[in-house]
Amino acid sequence: MRVINFAHGDMMVWGMYLAWLLATRLGIDPYLGFVGCAAALFVVGLVVQRGLVDRIVDAPHEMQILLMLGVALVLENGALLAFGPEPQRVRSALTLSTFWLGPLFVDVARLVTFAVAVALSLALYLFLFGTDLGRTIRAAADNAYGALVIGADVRRVYAVAFGIGAACVGAAGALVSPFLPFQPSAGLAASVTSFNIVIIGGMGSLLGAFVGGLLVSVAESLGAVFLAPSLKELVSFSLLILILLFRPAGLFGRRAG
Amino acid sequence: MPALLRLDGVEAGYGDMVAIRGVSLEVARGELIALIGSNGAGKTTTLRAIAGLLPCRGGRIELDGARIDRLRPAEIVARGIAHVPEGRQLFPSMTVLENLELGARTTEARRLRTGTLASVFALFPRLAERQRQLAGSLSGGEQQMCAIGRALMARPRLLMLDEPSLGLAPVVVTSIFDNLARINREGTTVLLVEQNVLRALGLCHRAYVLENGRIALTGPRDRLLADEGVKKAYLGR
Repeated sequence: MRVINFAHGDMMVWGMYLAWLLATRLGIDPYLGFVGCAAALFVVGLVVQRGLVDRIVDAPHEMQILLMLGVALVLENGALLAFGPEPQRVRSALTLSTFWLGPLFVDVARLVTFAVAVALSLALYLFLFGTDLGRTIRAAADNAYGALVIGADVRRVYAVAFGIGAACVGAAGALVSPFLPFQPSAGLAASVTSFNIVIIGGMGSLLGAFVGGLLVSVAESLGAVFLAPSLKELVSFSLLILILLFRPAGLFGRRAG
Repeated sequence: MPALLRLDGVEAGYGDMVAIRGVSLEVARGELIALIGSNGAGKTTTLRAIAGLLPCRGGRIELDGARIDRLRPAEIVARGIAHVPEGRQLFPSMTVLENLELGARTTEARRLRTGTLASVFALFPRLAERQRQLAGSLSGGEQQMCAIGRALMARPRLLMLDEPSLGLAPVVVTSIFDNLARINREGTTVLLVEQNVLRALGLCHRAYVLENGRIALTGPRDRLLADEGVKKAYLGR
């Protein structure tokens, strides 16, 4: 289907605010609440796909960009209206717990977030490669016409795929909310980062997204340590330019274009 | 006995262009029917209209007496029509086994998946050898086998094939056509679209000749093989 979701980052911000709502109103820790955030964002993704993206699947690519940027603007300003412009953060029972592992100072919250993210990636992999619905999603991404020919309900497959993408980013938002302060305008930067990761890893490749995510985040952290915190994007985008020069389809991409 | 598939005055096209006008044909249960004609005669359009991949603008299509011309492709597959399209339309970055398994979509086909898979492998031992390979890495003939196998996985009542001989070496075509004869003998009704008229007439029971979007001629294969017009236009003698 080749739709690039430029509202990805704004969906993540909504995941963060939902985690904040769950924590402040109902006292649910984000490390449990992320499941609810994922479910809510799944529905958002389903509705966006069914109601909007479905109408322009066959239109030229720039239409998709316009549409998804429009969705991003609506989500961002909706968050501004609902929650105001001040930065927020979510308190978790793990927020202040740390330990020493030999010479390493480990922030437990970040460690748990990392572990859950890896587990979710693994679950997504098992879903896409081990279930009938997951295989059908991969088939529709590989050859949409072929999927229609074998009798797959391609519209439903797209809606579920988009919903799962949104659910993942909703969970991600909730999982980073204990240590990343956020505000409604944080979405665009997150979208650009995820776009960067996907290009580096290779579009359409789950392994690529995983490795790309690790590469970009480690590169940015090292950049922040050895150059200056404000220069960390310099490192990740230099990486992007290098990849585009020498491997335009990305590390695990199948083909260019 | 009512026909398994009946087309009555079917019209379809692309944009302003009408590709088939008033096509009527019948396929009885157990038959192997060929739809032949030159490039652009409307053969592919006819199959796509039956499969629901192209809207039917006029006329009606019935499967087993029930209208199917307003149904979506998924519903038509569920009623028992499997389609091996032009260009095979496999999933190139998935394995042969995954391609085959994806063909079994209805509850019934899923329940019987293991058994059907064994019979597809019996028909095409090459696919069994290559089941872990990516479909995109297969040769043209193997890809065609994979596309036919994928359609068989749906356990169709009617198997439709669009130019299975296209781009394949003669010896490969022979093997594919032998397999089609066997699939038909084992009980699957087949509707075959072919540009290779001699091959198609060698295989089928009856044939329809499409010219400029209309059925120009029909009859048992022996009569068509003896027909002067067919000889001149399609067999080159």
